[in-house]
Amino acid sequence: MGGSITAIGMGLAVIGGGIGIGLIGSKAMDAIARQPEAVGDIRSNMILTAALVEGVALISLILSYIL
Amino acid sequence: MKKIQFFKVLMLALFVSLGVVGFAQHGEEHQPAEHAEKHEAGKHEEEFNLAEEALAHIANANAIHVFGDFYIPLPAILYAPGHGWSFFMTSKFDAHHHGNGEKAIDHYVMKHGVIHRIADESFPYGEVAIDGFAHGKIEKDGKEKDVAYAVVNGKQYLLDEKSTLDGGMLGGGKTSYMDFSLSKGAFTMLLVLLLAFWLFRAVAKGYERNKGKAPSGVQSLLEPVILFIRDEVAIPFIGKDKYERYFPFLLTLFFFILGLNLIGQFPLAGNVTGNFSFTMVLAIITALYVNFSGNKNYWEHVLWMPGVPSVLKVLILTPVEILGVFIKPFTLMLRLFANIAAGHIVLVAFVGLIFIFGHSGQSMAGAGAGTVMAFLLSMFMMAVELLVAFVQAFVFTLLAAAYFGAATEEAHH
Repeated sequence: MGGSITAIGMGLAVIGGGIGIGLIGSKAMDAIARQPEAVGDIRSNMILTAALVEGVALISLILSYIL
Repeated sequence: MKKIQFFKVLMLALFVSLGVVGFAQHGEEHQPAEHAEKHEAGKHEEEFNLAEEALAHIANANAIHVFGDFYIPLPAILYAPGHGWSFFMTSKFDAHHHGNGEKAIDHYVMKHGVIHRIADESFPYGEVAIDGFAHGKIEKDGKEKDVAYAVVNGKQYLLDEKSTLDGGMLGGGKTSYMDFSLSKGAFTMLLVLLLAFWLFRAVAKGYERNKGKAPSGVQSLLEPVILFIRDEVAIPFIGKDKYERYFPFLLTLFFFILGLNLIGQFPLAGNVTGNFSFTMVLAIITALYVNFSGNKNYWEHVLWMPGVPSVLKVLILTPVEILGVFIKPFTLMLRLFANIAAGHIVLVAFVGLIFIFGHSGQSMAGAGAGTVMAFLLSMFMMAVELLVAFVQAFVFTLLAAAYFGAATEEAHH
């Protein structure tokens, strides 16, 4: 595994996913601060969106691992 | 009456996935191409290969390794065309170091806890003592492939790949046998099935006993979870008037995945949700249920999106939407598998620090430092994995609910 170009690919995938999930989290925190009573809706939508972003990152992780 | 329906769906899902995982025997566990094992036949390797070790530890197996040379045997159910069925307990292999069996039974051998078959017809049937295993590379279709050999009386016999669900049609290489054994994963699933049955029987009985009263016992533990799935997942995503039809399935998904995630944290238990075949079956069941319950609007939006110029529909939208029908279950499958498998790999990597720092037992001080680090890091990782176990069960259920909601949405424009 180590020392190959796949490691770079895995790192790039993690950077992309990390930025995406970070943005989602920060915006969700903003939204909760503005409207604390909507915390339930915001939380489930946040997790849903984070899961979608994470899915893309994980696909590239798996592909860079298999190929 | 909803409870009874719930149990029916639970049983069905459990049995279907049980059969398929037992059959599918981790078709995805390709060894890393770079893995270079240099050890000779009969000699144990001195070098510690973390990647290989981690993959062997999260893989499904035909025996449960407790410690040292002690294995809990599981029944092996094998079929080879031309020879027929073989039934025996895997203790017959006499597995020792690294789960490598010291005997071949009717061509079958155990390597790293997994049953392989010697395809060579000149090999004798019945019990044969084997000296060890060897590794090599062969050229096949222009690609270099790692293969393993069983060594008997100084002669090397090529081992078949693990048997897979597709019979090797998707590139795994056609195998000369099929493995229907009750593997470690299937056994773990059986445990979760019994546990879930016992727990939810108690809950269902509690609703009969405590009619109109406050819940008691295990009922009080599970009622908030069931209500959470109903109020935060099913109703917002599917809608108040339609959620009841899909609610039993969603609850089944949630508790089944959660139970398997949690039992996967225990030593000895199989890693089921980190198994490609298992998550594939879950995703396929969900996708079939979603698409069969799709109404006219859903299919209209997939095949012929209203309000969009025809050129765009033919060129972009329809192909993309049709792809989306397959990508949705694909990501469901990958997300659960990758999250759980990655957690387990990291855990094995942390424990592997002991062996890396200790130079495989040559440096006690290094091993001591490694143990301290491994202890702290794996405590942290276990805590994270506990969180991931809940989040992934929740996300799988949430996305399934979102797909059900999209498939049953009524027109409103």
